[in-house]
Amino acid sequence: MHFSPETLNQSAGLTAKWEDEVRRAAERNPDEKARWSTVSDLEIKRLYTPEDIGGTDFARDIGAPGEFPFLRGNQATGYRGRCWTFRMFSGMGSAQDTNTRWHMLLKQGQTGLSTAFDFPTLMGYDSDSPKARGECGRCGVAIDTLDDFRTLMEGIPLDRVTTSMTINPPATALWAMYCAAAESKGVPLAKIGGTIQNDMLKEFIAQKTFMCPPEPSVRLISDTVEFGTKHVPNWNTISISGYHIREAGSTAVQELAFTLRDGIEYVEDVIRRKGLDVDEFAPRLSFFFNAHIDFFEEICKMRAARRIWARVMRDWFHAKNPRSLWMRFHTQTAGCSLTAQQPYNNVVRTAVEALAAVLGGTQSLHTNSLDEVLCLPSDHAVEIALRTQQILAEETGVANTIDPLAGSYFVESLTNRMEEETWAYIEKIDAMGGMVAAIEKGFPQLEIADAAYRFQQQIDAGEKIMVGVNKYATAQKQEIPVQDINEQVEEEQIARLAAVKRSRDSRTVKRDLDELKNACKTGKNVMPFCIQAVKDMATVQEICDVYREVFGEYRDPGLY
Amino acid sequence: MVAKPGLDGHDRGARVLARCFRDAGFEVIYTGCHQTPEQIAAAAIQEDVDLVGLSCLSGAHRYLFPRVVELLKEQGADDITVIGGGIIPDQDFQMLYDAGIKAIFTPGATLDTIVSWVRTNIRPRGV
Repeated sequence: MHFSPETLNQSAGLTAKWEDEVRRAAERNPDEKARWSTVSDLEIKRLYTPEDIGGTDFARDIGAPGEFPFLRGNQATGYRGRCWTFRMFSGMGSAQDTNTRWHMLLKQGQTGLSTAFDFPTLMGYDSDSPKARGECGRCGVAIDTLDDFRTLMEGIPLDRVTTSMTINPPATALWAMYCAAAESKGVPLAKIGGTIQNDMLKEFIAQKTFMCPPEPSVRLISDTVEFGTKHVPNWNTISISGYHIREAGSTAVQELAFTLRDGIEYVEDVIRRKGLDVDEFAPRLSFFFNAHIDFFEEICKMRAARRIWARVMRDWFHAKNPRSLWMRFHTQTAGCSLTAQQPYNNVVRTAVEALAAVLGGTQSLHTNSLDEVLCLPSDHAVEIALRTQQILAEETGVANTIDPLAGSYFVESLTNRMEEETWAYIEKIDAMGGMVAAIEKGFPQLEIADAAYRFQQQIDAGEKIMVGVNKYATAQKQEIPVQDINEQVEEEQIARLAAVKRSRDSRTVKRDLDELKNACKTGKNVMPFCIQAVKDMATVQEICDVYREVFGEYRDPGLY
Repeated sequence: MVAKPGLDGHDRGARVLARCFRDAGFEVIYTGCHQTPEQIAAAAIQEDVDLVGLSCLSGAHRYLFPRVVELLKEQGADDITVIGGGIIPDQDFQMLYDAGIKAIFTPGATLDTIVSWVRTNIRPRGV
């Protein structure tokens, strides 16, 4: 930032004096530890001064909200025009169980829906598959056919409430179900809004719900982007996600860098494979970040994310539409920061993380429940988590003004530093030939493994603290009620699936799947074929089996 | 052998442990995610391991952990010790012990605790 020579002189003089004072004080009272760093281990100075942001150019690097480089937010009006969406990630047991939870959340003031599927659905297996044994409905909702999906969406106004679905390899099948459900309710595709996560690169890097190899996985994503651009214009067809990268143990900079580099890979693929103009589809790309426990690091990460993306879109892809330059993102507080010990402390952690997300300018937020380390959230715990956001929005005044931390020597300096380190990673990955190539080399996977291992060692050595775990631990256990998933869910779901399979016309399904297979082989967009197949009650697994057959299966290389 | 049974992809703990045992001087095999109990038992026998550590965070441990023990037993390899970890509710511990899981480590267990348990309780098979 430009400071007058007089200010810089004063600052240098005062800082030198302060440093002397610190030295004297430290002789009497040494610092409690030698090194102070963020949770990601970025070393932080005791004090930041004008000199730390001397190179920052106000117009180029900061600017105004709603203007390039969007450091201060996409919207000129901030949260006054539109508060962030209260979007709690939920799904459990059967479609009926989850629908009941959704209605409860909407009644409590939630403003958007977000679907957690169980592992068989996430991996493209039906509830009756031998691979699904013991998993059905356990950590999300079990969906096999459009019949389940309609139950899930019962009574939800699809033209007014937006729904996010955390679904990756079978994203085409589940999105097809959403489209089919909307059509059958008379809601045109042009009217529905929502998000499919549909980000496979981070699956190979971190979350590990994968099915086909990277190359065809990216192709299916480009199919959805193309279909959305042409037919479902209000849908976010990818949520390019750093959340899982961070949960797998990455640093904040790695989360930022790998997520943005994934985004670049998708944009390149859509342009190359589909021939779309960047401004036709880029406005519907969305992002998803983690809000971890290190308050300022997270705020700076989100601010830097917007600025880097705006620069990438303008300078690399020559986007003209301002909306193409926006990085719109959802945030979830960090599951991995929560502790099974003294679980009520998790309410406090989540509140601080949510505050960071809001100060970072998120468009949408999930706050974790205090019991998520132990089980799926109970009704009571999820209500506290939702209220946490509502208190931030309605009581604390943090939404009054836009990007209130801008101009802080520390915040701007850390934002700059995270951007610089992110560019260094992006350049490294480019030099490897892009993200698919980097994944094949195991580069991001091993970078994250290193960071996760280092953090665990720091915890074990007491260099990083988790309250209630390696400091202030108590022998007395805090008992909390644990949400149980009914053991009968599996049996009942298998019975429902069997009934659907009996009542459908299996020849029609076979024909639909053959046509889907043909589309996979010939490079036609798979989405219309998926929609037809789910309408005729093809299952999630039947659609995914086509992909597995045509594209092959990816096996975890097991890097550590 | 560190193994990830079932469809769960939460492998941070499993990978940290695999690396920790490697650094502690053990010979480590890590299976990667998405292994069926059958694949895990077969790999354990084929690789002639002394210990199988199962990691599961999806809630499917109630089926998957006992199934691995059962398969090892069926194939005459019940001298391979099986331990487990992940998100395991307290009320499931007894059921898993009864099924033959020898120890369970949950979040908060230090790497040292786990390595020490192994050094104390596991002897190389056939020695």
